[in-house]
Amino acid sequence: MAPTKTASVSGRKTAAKSANRNGSKAVSKEFTGKNTPDFGKDEDLHAYREMLLIRRFEEKAGQLYGMGFIGGFCHLYIGQEAVVVGMQMAQQEGDQVITAYRDHGHMLATGMSARGVMAELTGRRGGYSRGKGGSMHMFSKEKHFYGGHGIVGAQVSLGTGLAFANAYRNNDSVSVAYFGDGAANQGQVYESFNMAALWKLPIIYIVENNRYAMGTSTARATAQSNYSLRGSGFGIPGIQVDGMDVRAVKAAADEALEHCRSGKGPIILEMLTYRYRGHSMSDPAKYRSKDEVQKMRSEHDPIEQVRLRLLEKGWATEDELKAIDKDIRDIVSDSADFAQADPEPDVSELYTDILL
Amino acid sequence: MPIDILMPALSPTMEEGTLSKWLKKEGDKVTSGDVIAEIETDKATMEVEAVDEGVIGKLLVEAGTENVKVNTKIAVLLQNGESADAIGSEAPAAAPKAEATAAAEEAKPAPAASSAAAPVPAQPKVEAAADPDIPAGTEMVMTTVREALRDAMAEEMRRDGDVFVMGEEVAEYQGAYKITQGLLQEFGARRVIDTPITEHGFAGVGVGAAMAGLKPIVEFMTFNFAMQAIDQIINSAAKTLYMSGGQMGAPIVFRGPNGAAARVGAQHSQDYASWYSQIPGLKVIMPYTAADAKGLLKAAIRDPNPIVFLENEILYGQSFEVPKMDDFVLPIGKARIHRKGKDATIVSFGIGMTYAVKAVAELEKEGIDVELIDLRTLRPMDLPTVIESVKKTGRLVTVEEGYPQNSVGAEIATRVMQQAFDYLDAPVLTIAGKDVPMPYAANLEKLALPNVDEVVQAVKTVCYK
Repeated sequence: MAPTKTASVSGRKTAAKSANRNGSKAVSKEFTGKNTPDFGKDEDLHAYREMLLIRRFEEKAGQLYGMGFIGGFCHLYIGQEAVVVGMQMAQQEGDQVITAYRDHGHMLATGMSARGVMAELTGRRGGYSRGKGGSMHMFSKEKHFYGGHGIVGAQVSLGTGLAFANAYRNNDSVSVAYFGDGAANQGQVYESFNMAALWKLPIIYIVENNRYAMGTSTARATAQSNYSLRGSGFGIPGIQVDGMDVRAVKAAADEALEHCRSGKGPIILEMLTYRYRGHSMSDPAKYRSKDEVQKMRSEHDPIEQVRLRLLEKGWATEDELKAIDKDIRDIVSDSADFAQADPEPDVSELYTDILL
Repeated sequence: MPIDILMPALSPTMEEGTLSKWLKKEGDKVTSGDVIAEIETDKATMEVEAVDEGVIGKLLVEAGTENVKVNTKIAVLLQNGESADAIGSEAPAAAPKAEATAAAEEAKPAPAASSAAAPVPAQPKVEAAADPDIPAGTEMVMTTVREALRDAMAEEMRRDGDVFVMGEEVAEYQGAYKITQGLLQEFGARRVIDTPITEHGFAGVGVGAAMAGLKPIVEFMTFNFAMQAIDQIINSAAKTLYMSGGQMGAPIVFRGPNGAAARVGAQHSQDYASWYSQIPGLKVIMPYTAADAKGLLKAAIRDPNPIVFLENEILYGQSFEVPKMDDFVLPIGKARIHRKGKDATIVSFGIGMTYAVKAVAELEKEGIDVELIDLRTLRPMDLPTVIESVKKTGRLVTVEEGYPQNSVGAEIATRVMQQAFDYLDAPVLTIAGKDVPMPYAANLEKLALPNVDEVVQAVKTVCYK
């Protein structure tokens, strides 16, 4: 897919131009469809399964929300699945992930259980935060998932702190901090960029550019809508990536992780993506045309792309894909059943976990 | 078996809506993501998407129907090979409920309603430990608050490699107020880190590092600047343990001078004691003496919770006796009786103690024997020590520099009124700063702060003298 405003081909390493001025290394590698490295069979099957899990999970979450089982805010990740799945495929054990409130997909991608996430959505004791966090506030130390944050942009500084800890300990881990095109206009993002570049912290800043900050399009909210350039004032290189193509995401992730692990400091990946649903459950999304959504769904769907590839290459039959679909539906159904049957937290939990 | 399609709730508060339009008719095939209907809520018209695949077997609610309650069956979706005949004439559903959508009905009513009725459990009481015994013959060393704070950090940094200090001018400059003097030389630039002027950002970096298990000491040049960072202190540091169900917290100390210095005007002269002490998930410490500053800062650095440690620029240079011990650590959450007395109680903390101490000496000359309590920790607050004292004296005055509305004194007065009403012989009086931004002019600044005479008069008033 092409970016909204810039005419550049998606996937071009955009730091190149500015890098000449600020002295950082200029690399021009393209992640256009043609040059995107292909996945092998296992990778495509894995990506298909992982993305489908997120899609089906989110659909089910939307349904449970409609039935009143999930309260408050509920931000679905449908459409953006390739971003977290491609990133996760490139990461290694110990790499930390942190994001904002549209976080269900990130959690599933890190390997957190569908049951635990869904039960948190319904506010039950089997949820990752024992029912006390909700959709926007979940964590897993075991899976190195550091939330789930409800304050737009706060996770960028926190993620920089995770990278600081990696540098302090001199370990090999990289912090992967996700934020949206909306958060990209928060001041602390640039405070963080500055420190990360200054101290050469191992962090990948991922701008999930889904074109709308709630209901405000990037064109109406931002003076520079090429977010991969947002680090250029700090000498942070950036890559614009077709975030609807899981292969492009994975390839960019490989490069970015290598950049961080080799001690070169932070890097920005701008993922050009799209959210099919409204900002939250109560958003009718009237700020964009139905055609726009439909076009994206029919021409760029991240899951459909992989499905067609699997069929074309003969790596899976329709029946085999159906079997995967069924398997995923079962996992999601099971998580929904669990999340409805699991009891709410004991009332004594009201006063626990405030202080250690 | 047929799947019921229910009237969805499309906002946190929606209870009913208008089914304005069907976009599919009976017999139409639908797949996940297809828009099947439009629903009008009080805020907007929303599209309803199908979640499952199948054929629309029956539309149960006519287009245009108003006030359709959430969770009413509005349509039935048939799956492979099923016929519309399978649907009962009234409502479907008799079939076994393996599907989650159907199972949901049994779990009704919605969870929110079920929890509303439960009684609120009692807030658990936490007992603070007593101060450690200082062995007889321990040498007492006159130490400034500044040195005591530095010593506390240095000792804890020697003890634990995960402890580091970051902030503006903490390293090369040796601290804007010289609290970190010598730390860079001893611990190096890896652990004593100069940050850019970027409070919001470095507070977040500190909290992130703490979430990853390090033990940062974040110095704010003053807490006035920490207003830029207060979101990270409260929303990220204080709330994460709770929001994560106890999985992840932030062992971090935010410290620096707080409140008015001298002649620095309104933006550099605010006391944040009552702000931070309102927040569950934080511990808030505000010491007066050098010994307390040292013992409590060491405790704060070791504590696994986020701590706001409020110092005062004017106190930095004041000297107090500090016991010369290898490891002098004080309990957080325990008040210290600065002076025993029987006629009236003064409760204060931090710089407020300077007024109180002088007032107590004046009052002694006039034959009024005051018990003076230094709270030291504002959260958790050692109210039992205050209540015990009030039971004895029957009279209470609080002293602080912060603004009067919603002050720490106002909180103490409320709690004493609730818990020791029968023991009070006079209304509690609260001495605080005046209800104005801090003026610059010397005469006005003096008026804006509490003074010794106000404290003396307040104690006389509660003693009816």
